[in-house]
Amino acid sequence: MKIIIVGCGKVGMNITEQLSAEEHDVVVIDENSEKVKAASNSFDVMGVVGNGASYNVQSEAGVESADILIAVTASDELNLLCCLIAKKAGNCRTIARVRNPVYSKEVNFIKEELGLSMIINPEYAAATEIARILRFPSAIKIDTFARGRVELLKFKVSGSLKICGCMLMDIKNRFKTDVLVCAVERDKEVIIPGGNFVIRENDIVSIITSHKGAAEFFRRIGLETHQVHKAMLVGGGKIAFYLAKQLTEMGIDVRIIELNRKRCEELCEELPKAVVINGDATNQELLVEEGLLSTEAFVTLTNYDEENILLALYAKSKTDAKLIAKVNRLTFDEVINNMDLGSIVYPKFITSNSILQYVRAMSNSIGSNVTTLYKILDNKAEALEFTVTESAPVIGVPLQKLNLKDHLLVCCINRNGKIITPNGQDMIKAGDTVIIVTTNRGLKDIKDILK
Amino acid sequence: MNYKFIKCIIGWILIFEACFMVLPLAVALIYREKEGVWFVVSMAICAAIGGLCILKKPERKSIFAKDSLVAVALSWIVLSLFGALPFVFSGSIPSYIDALFEMISGFTTTGASILSDVESLPRCMLFWRSFSHWIGGMGVLVFVMAILPLAGGNNMYLMKAESPGPSVSKLVPKVRQTAMILYGIYIFLTLLQIVLLLIGRMPVFDAICTAFGTAGTGGFGIKNTSLSGYSSYIQIVTTVFMIAFGINFNVYFLILMKKYSQAFRSSEVKVYLSVILVSILLIVWDTRVMFGSLADGFKHVSFQVASIITTTGFSTVDFNMWPEFSKTVLLALLMMGACAGSTGGGIKVSRIIILVKYVLREFQTLVHPRSVKKVSVDGRMVEHEVVRSTNVFLIVYVLLFAISLLIVSLNEYDFTTNFTAVATTIGNVGPGFSNVGPASNFSFFSPLSKCVLMFDMLAGRLELFPMLIMLLPSTWKK
Repeated sequence: MKIIIVGCGKVGMNITEQLSAEEHDVVVIDENSEKVKAASNSFDVMGVVGNGASYNVQSEAGVESADILIAVTASDELNLLCCLIAKKAGNCRTIARVRNPVYSKEVNFIKEELGLSMIINPEYAAATEIARILRFPSAIKIDTFARGRVELLKFKVSGSLKICGCMLMDIKNRFKTDVLVCAVERDKEVIIPGGNFVIRENDIVSIITSHKGAAEFFRRIGLETHQVHKAMLVGGGKIAFYLAKQLTEMGIDVRIIELNRKRCEELCEELPKAVVINGDATNQELLVEEGLLSTEAFVTLTNYDEENILLALYAKSKTDAKLIAKVNRLTFDEVINNMDLGSIVYPKFITSNSILQYVRAMSNSIGSNVTTLYKILDNKAEALEFTVTESAPVIGVPLQKLNLKDHLLVCCINRNGKIITPNGQDMIKAGDTVIIVTTNRGLKDIKDILK
Repeated sequence: MNYKFIKCIIGWILIFEACFMVLPLAVALIYREKEGVWFVVSMAICAAIGGLCILKKPERKSIFAKDSLVAVALSWIVLSLFGALPFVFSGSIPSYIDALFEMISGFTTTGASILSDVESLPRCMLFWRSFSHWIGGMGVLVFVMAILPLAGGNNMYLMKAESPGPSVSKLVPKVRQTAMILYGIYIFLTLLQIVLLLIGRMPVFDAICTAFGTAGTGGFGIKNTSLSGYSSYIQIVTTVFMIAFGINFNVYFLILMKKYSQAFRSSEVKVYLSVILVSILLIVWDTRVMFGSLADGFKHVSFQVASIITTTGFSTVDFNMWPEFSKTVLLALLMMGACAGSTGGGIKVSRIIILVKYVLREFQTLVHPRSVKKVSVDGRMVEHEVVRSTNVFLIVYVLLFAISLLIVSLNEYDFTTNFTAVATTIGNVGPGFSNVGPASNFSFFSPLSKCVLMFDMLAGRLELFPMLIMLLPSTWKK
């Protein structure tokens, strides 16, 4: 695929390195000629110096024949403009990094109206990642795809779980929760189960469900989730804001320590359920006073990597809480990993990873009507994303009446940004994006899901 | 330094050289020449040594700027050292120094010969000489890169070190594809010329060798009289193609991509063509008494001008006999050379443009000391880095020239001979004036002078720095 990357910052370089190693034709654009030179010297890519939002610069980079443009400059507005112009000039897919919370509330509108394929908000993505770590114990593996919208929760069935020996069609009534079992690994084989499938011991079950539903479900089947009930966040930046929002929605007690009084007031307005504390987190007395010893999770999110690491080290010496530290610089990841600090979150790495995942999914789907194709469960199954057009034969029929192929499941319907986990009565409408999980290979069009 | 990887590159270069020798071998078989057996021997030697070098795969496949400069310089030296073997083995050129001179002159597309009677050579040897121009014209490492995924992708440094011109830009994102496109254009133009020459009833062997000499802007003739014995049609076709091969290949790529406005906007090509036109007019006027008709004059003068500015070095008349003014114009063209990114040598038109604009800017700062002005070419700012390296290039060029001239003058030949001999080898042209004029050759120089001139040829072809960096002790320090 031909890929244009605008902006050679840390994320831009990381994506460039990966994509050029994956044999894509990469062109990088940056206003700083030094950075362009560094990129084209270290990787097999072409460099163009100039403003990425300029039509001339884009056409010099070959936007007419490009498949995708990724805008990751420091400015949100420039990124959006780059994508807008690329869309008009080359009709390619576009990905923009937009981090301003004002825009991020309007992500769906911007995406629809400006025709972007993906908008990534690094802080939001980092916060989601941290929330994910806090939500589940290590017994549950999480596989995300479709730009993080769909989470596959994977767990191993032991004999003591109540789900053992249960038929799938009974799950809803028995556990009173809305979950969709979309794949079962049994003896190293992936099965896309039907309604009369019976779960046995040692199966590895993948389910799709809402955030709230998951905790409920795990509790009812008797899987101990060790969910955190009290969390302490140090630093009140954007990540802290998104994280606190997600955590309070899940019913977790959140405490934010922030130095700047004004920012504290802002946070307090935005997050009525959280406790906002104005103070210096490097003050050990303050930490203890605010419940460091009793907290179950300690997340350091200040702007300084060093401070985050030191605070996490201090907390480690005092409590058994789950520790998560945010680190911006990617360069010393090995050193930091050796310190055994619990979980380290690299927002830049998360950003470039989600972009890479999308680009790979797109490159898998070349030559078909599939929007994206994700390989899931160690490449044993595929998750395909289709955009449903007016003429598709699946519209307006309840799913249970559709004559679907075997080993195939409609696991997610995205209707105007709202995610529906469908059951038999739900219908697919024109304009929906549906995600199909299947072990059948070579599906090219939405009508291929029918027998 | 990553010696293992450099060894591997050189190994591949030798294996490719063995493959290249298949062609002269085929020529020997067609014309039933017994000298062909020496190509088999040389091929065996190249393949054996090359095979030994690539036997052990290097663990580290990344190379840095310094490694690539050294790799390029060593590759060219090794290529020439082994390419000279068939001449020595067969006795066509008994002295190894002479054979090496001939071979370096071939690969660097200089075309300066030490042979006084070219026609006495077997056809397979003549073919190998001309073919070496064609290989050297576009660059051997570029060729290797087009075929092998050598450095795991990151071989921009190699390409930079081998391509002529102040700054190298890729045509497409991948180095390998860029190399393939360049070679595609090169092969197409060469074939086109061969076909056109054949239409002019040139013998097949002559047409192929002449096209090779033109494409690489080399200039080895297969006749003692170069191209003067052929018909006017053949001479005109050769003139046009010499000029065509002196144009930046990016222009052809843009034409191929149907980006005509961008292709014809290139100020380098405009300047290059205008210089050719003005020089032709000046020399035609200066030599008006020497030719029978104006048309005849135009034909010969444009051939000579094209041959010299593109640093090819073919000739149809002995321009050594021309008036001083004409010779001086030719000497200026000889130093200037063709466009960057072409197969031609010399200082390069784009460097001259940058330097002239830089000088003009300097004048402006003298008049308006506080004025701010940046040098731009084709509506694009020339980075300080490029201007600086262009300046340094010129200084190094002058210094190398002066030192070479000093050593060559030990032979006590006249000044014109020494001066133009050095100029013509650094510029990869071929003939000079006086004793090294188009009707003479380089065989009379002492071995020391020949070595200096060989170094100059390699330095000129590789844009000076790769060869000079080999002389620095700090390059080899651990």
